Amino acid sequence: MERIMSETTVLLVDDDADFLLQGRLQLEQLGCRVIEARSRREAVSILEGTRPDAAVIDLMMEDPDAGFTLAYQIKGRYPDLPVIMTTAVTSATGLTFEKVPGEDWIRADVILSKPVRAAQLKAELERLLGHVL
Amino acid sequence: MSSEPETLRLAVVDDELGIRLGVTSILSDVTVEIPEVGSRVRLQVSSWADGESFLAALDGTAPQVVLLDSKLPGIGGMEILEGTLSGRPEVVTIMITAYATLESAVRATKLGAYDFLAKPFTPEELRVTVRKAIHHHVLAAQARRLMEENRRVRFQFISVLAHELKSPINAVDGYLDLIRNRLLGDELAAYGDMIERSSLRIGGMRKLINDLLDLTRIESGQRVRTLEPLELAELARAALEGQETASRALDLAVTLEAEPGLTLQADRMELEMILNNLVSNAVKYNRPGGRVTVRLARRDGAVELEVADTGWGLSRDEADRLFSDFVRIKNDHTRDIPGSGLGLSLVKKLCALYGGSVTVESEPTVGSTFRVRLPL
Repeated sequence: MERIMSETTVLLVDDDADFLLQGRLQLEQLGCRVIEARSRREAVSILEGTRPDAAVIDLMMEDPDAGFTLAYQIKGRYPDLPVIMTTAVTSATGLTFEKVPGEDWIRADVILSKPVRAAQLKAELERLLGHVL
Repeated sequence: MSSEPETLRLAVVDDELGIRLGVTSILSDVTVEIPEVGSRVRLQVSSWADGESFLAALDGTAPQVVLLDSKLPGIGGMEILEGTLSGRPEVVTIMITAYATLESAVRATKLGAYDFLAKPFTPEELRVTVRKAIHHHVLAAQARRLMEENRRVRFQFISVLAHELKSPINAVDGYLDLIRNRLLGDELAAYGDMIERSSLRIGGMRKLINDLLDLTRIESGQRVRTLEPLELAELARAALEGQETASRALDLAVTLEAEPGLTLQADRMELEMILNNLVSNAVKYNRPGGRVTVRLARRDGAVELEVADTGWGLSRDEADRLFSDFVRIKNDHTRDIPGSGLGLSLVKKLCALYGGSVTVESEPTVGSTFRVRLPL
């Protein structure tokens, strides 16, 4: 992997102030520039004028499945933009949304359960971006 | 009472042609009224000369009621009951026995038969027994539906509750992880905000658990209620005083307009819960420099309690959902305000205990008025 010196911009979407703060601190620690959005709607309006390098989005926001919709919208506009979905839903309900090869109704590249560890976020971002942070 | 009768399928399984023809003709014009669920039932009768052909047809359209001869040429009625029908609680079985022996009746009942008819039986005996079985079938089906619905509602409640409890744990866990990894360096002071936010989330979780316990106590009817004459103005004043710090922080103008001497026979803790929930909502969802007005008056044989705020208000749709469990209206103005999502659901349940009601009138951007009516 070659190191790319230009700054990586990450769109961070979560309706919970604490996860937003934690995500921002983690991403800034990795040297990323962070754009915050607190709802699917806000994220969509940001995406109209900006193409971030990656998006880290929560599942349950203004609707219980806002994250699924947002992932769909992001991939519709920027098919190559890596999308990481974060959720506490799996551990709370026992439902699993693991990505099944061939079944891509979930348009996120990876799903991480909350709380997201810094090392895990770094590893997934580097894998999806194809360069180290 | 609905006018269109529901059709239930009844199968008669008997090797005697006379019984099959007789049952079919007697039951074809029977209509059963079920006043408990407001329905009428008529029967579609099919008949079978042996157990094997009955069983072969069973997986197609199963009958709801079976009249089953205990002695059949091949596989016997008792065997069908034991081997197949006992595993299908939705099918009501009436055994037809050759003799009115107590022994065979007891055995059939043990195997799950609902009733029995001893040969020879009169048309009236047949009608009475079948009517009773239909009645049982309809009410049992209703009970099963309700139980299923309860299970579903309970699952949904637990799922949302689990999510609401996980959120603060995850948030605090996340902060601890950042602190553990010294994300902001070695100075403790740098982590002040994280520690503060963690306390806040834990406080929110404690509130959720307390609300949940209150809700459970009210719903189970376990709490001992003490009804006594309560001075309402005094309780309202106490509720407002409880919110003094929060209302001062937002610089709110708080007024209490109470008809003097208004008392209500009620449980103190329950009324406090109603008032505290409404007043604390009016404060925390208000805007800086706004107003909170509590009015108490006697109207049409009831006490009317109004709590009005000058907050951001609710849309029609939001107002409709507001009194359900875990409903929180999330927008730019409310998002960071902690709440369990159970407060108004609790208020609604408490009002119902007094045969009263709670409603909300709201205008977006102007404010909301919650109105509680409790009969005197």
